[in-house]
Amino acid sequence: MRGVLPNPGLDHRIPNHEDLDRMEKEESGDRPKWDNKAQYILTCVGFCIGIGNVWRFPYLCQSHGGGAFLIPYLILLVLEGMPLLLLEFAIGQRLRKGSVGVWRAISPYLTGIGIASMLVSFLIGLYYNTLIAWIMWYLFNSFQDPLPWTQCPLSNNGTEFVPECQQSSTVEYYFYRVTLNSSASISDSGGIHWPIAVCLLGAWTVIAICYIRGIRTSGKAVYITSILPYIVLAIFLIRGLVLKGALSGIKFLYTPAVEELLKPSTWLDAGAQVFYALSIAWGGLISFSSYNPIHNNCMQDAVILSAVTGLTSVYAATVTYTIIGFMATDKYDHCISENIMTLLNVFDLPEESITIRNYEAVFSHLNSSYPDIVLGLNIKTCDMQKYLSEGVEGTGLAFIVFTEAITKMPGSPAWSVLFFIMLLCLGLSTLFGNIEGVVVPLKDLNVFPKKWPQEALTVTTCVVAFIISLLFAQHSGIYWVTLFDNFAGSIPLLTIGLFEMIAVVYIYGIDRFNADLEFMIGHKPSIFWQVLWRFISPLIILVILVFYLVGLAQEELTYLVWDLNSEEFPYLSLVSYPAWINAIIFLLAGVPTLAVPVYALCRLVFVCCKRKHVSRDK
Amino acid sequence: MLEKVSFLLLSFTLAEQLCKPGDPDGYKVRLSIKTALGENAYVWNDNEMFLFRATLAFAMTKQFDGQQFEVSDIIVCNQTARVSFWFVVTYPHNKTLVDKQVVERAVRKSRNRINSAFLLSDTTLEFIGIPPTLATPVNPSTPTWLIVFGVVMGAVCAGIIVVLVVSLVQRKRKKNETNEDTQVKTVENGAARDGVYYMSFSEDESSVTQM
Repeated sequence: MRGVLPNPGLDHRIPNHEDLDRMEKEESGDRPKWDNKAQYILTCVGFCIGIGNVWRFPYLCQSHGGGAFLIPYLILLVLEGMPLLLLEFAIGQRLRKGSVGVWRAISPYLTGIGIASMLVSFLIGLYYNTLIAWIMWYLFNSFQDPLPWTQCPLSNNGTEFVPECQQSSTVEYYFYRVTLNSSASISDSGGIHWPIAVCLLGAWTVIAICYIRGIRTSGKAVYITSILPYIVLAIFLIRGLVLKGALSGIKFLYTPAVEELLKPSTWLDAGAQVFYALSIAWGGLISFSSYNPIHNNCMQDAVILSAVTGLTSVYAATVTYTIIGFMATDKYDHCISENIMTLLNVFDLPEESITIRNYEAVFSHLNSSYPDIVLGLNIKTCDMQKYLSEGVEGTGLAFIVFTEAITKMPGSPAWSVLFFIMLLCLGLSTLFGNIEGVVVPLKDLNVFPKKWPQEALTVTTCVVAFIISLLFAQHSGIYWVTLFDNFAGSIPLLTIGLFEMIAVVYIYGIDRFNADLEFMIGHKPSIFWQVLWRFISPLIILVILVFYLVGLAQEELTYLVWDLNSEEFPYLSLVSYPAWINAIIFLLAGVPTLAVPVYALCRLVFVCCKRKHVSRDK
Repeated sequence: MLEKVSFLLLSFTLAEQLCKPGDPDGYKVRLSIKTALGENAYVWNDNEMFLFRATLAFAMTKQFDGQQFEVSDIIVCNQTARVSFWFVVTYPHNKTLVDKQVVERAVRKSRNRINSAFLLSDTTLEFIGIPPTLATPVNPSTPTWLIVFGVVMGAVCAGIIVVLVVSLVQRKRKKNETNEDTQVKTVENGAARDGVYYMSFSEDESSVTQM
């Protein structure tokens, strides 16, 4: 075999093709199975389609040239995402083990990849479930009219609103103060905010029951959690298109700015987004594929899943931008009306003498006739483009922009419930894959006693995770979530993906892999896949990783805080991280990444010592 | 007759002098009728002004609860096309101006009645200098979210307990079945073995062990 590193004993560790056929016929073994193909596809779709599709992709699309961003996104989806996806599906289906088991079977030195996947899945699961807890809080609070984020509390003497609410807005106050009670910096812990702790308990309990028997229970849950978001998105699409200003949002989103394609940052962001969108290197996909029948057509599955992910991203972006267009138009109209009212009041003109249509003409007339008075009025300039492009990413999109948009629709509690149920389903279906990527490796590593049933494993993992995630229930919780989001889910995933490709192509052997695929699906993968696996995909990942690290090393580490006393309030102010954060970042990003080489090294040392010991005994 | 006319003229001019824009004891009022009512907006004319003065007289009388204020005690000036004007209030007997704070208290007490007389609200019928009373935020007695949370958690915990109990029961049943199976198997094996002996060594019937 050319171009393959020596790997003795591989044939003893993995079942050969005859064994696989026999196992399939006898249906021996207590490994769980999918009830039908639809369950498997729905679970994978739910895993890949998460909250990030709603709040990260539309922002990237719009900030990197609108419709033009789709070009690098789709190209990299095919060149980078699909090969890795097929790789994970095929290796899981062939070796019939979870992520640790698969890499250990390929080579015991590579167990570190599985451990790294497990650590990354665990860290991501911790903060992802915190987002679910926040969504649950909003969901539970949506069952009242008026919605609680439409009103400000009164100050002590009852004559005006609390200053924090007065200066910002009701929705921001509700998110940062009522929901999170956020402190002003990450070092200022402030104790545990009990409503969030209670919601965290709820979130982990829901996950526990959905996954309590492994895929036997989660496989039933995905019928709802994977299909419901599409239905709700359709409802919101219809609702959104009818709103005033929706089309301006969609136009803004898809107006291509072709010069953006020449910037490398566009391609980098597209590549990174494809990587995270397909949930590669989490270990869950390998696990899910291992429950498939041996002759399942995984190539078809990989193509279908990539297509579904791409289409859903575009679909969700459209819906999101109808709402954003509506919000921006509303803000613009409000701004103009305020200016008109100011002018009417100061110059005592009759109402309806200034309308939105003749506002510009009248304003310039008044400005030329009475420039001093007009200057003293502080007329705000109303910029539609600014409203369309501000603060529309991440938690800000769901909990601030969307909640405000919902309050402006008639029947807001119903829309709010619908919206947050959709987000809940999106998050839960991703978490099923996540927890699969944690529990199954733990089982393979024999961390739990062998006698324990699946129920005990799930419950133990959820309890431990709940206790650790109380970190995010603190008053500084949101800053910890952002920290985890930036570091636990970026570098480690890229490096694990790179290691996975190298391991399968050069250690397991691409020829053996091709033979396996021929055995499983009936034909050898075409030259297209060969070139991608061997050269193009690893190269793309390496380039993204290098650029990412370089960018990280150059910039100072900062984060945004909600600080009542800062000058930029109500805008979030940029503050640098304290020095001890570097240790935390090393733990989050460094430990999973280094798990691969460190484990290999430790094992090498251990084997050498044992050999020396044995030869000495002889 | 002449005296009456001259008295009226005198009071009129006096009234004009009392009401001045920017008067420390007066208030500016601004109405935004078209903004509030859109197509159902009424035209502001002298009748509406009369209603305003009458409503304000009502508010002052309610505040003082003894002195009867008349429409003539509310003096209005400087009407603009915006529909804004200044007004001052005088005491019914001696025509001195009522203090600003007293007027404010009276207006605040009856603000709702004044607003509804004109089908307007605090923001569309503005008394410049008197801040609108803020609506108290709606606070249900039991936090709604705890109720929903309780329902969801109750269902989920019940589900977990059901699943655990069912799997425990299933496992116990399986254990009992496997115990019985092994017993039956050993019995059957014994019988088969003895059967073979029975068939080939018929004289050894008596040596067949009793079950």
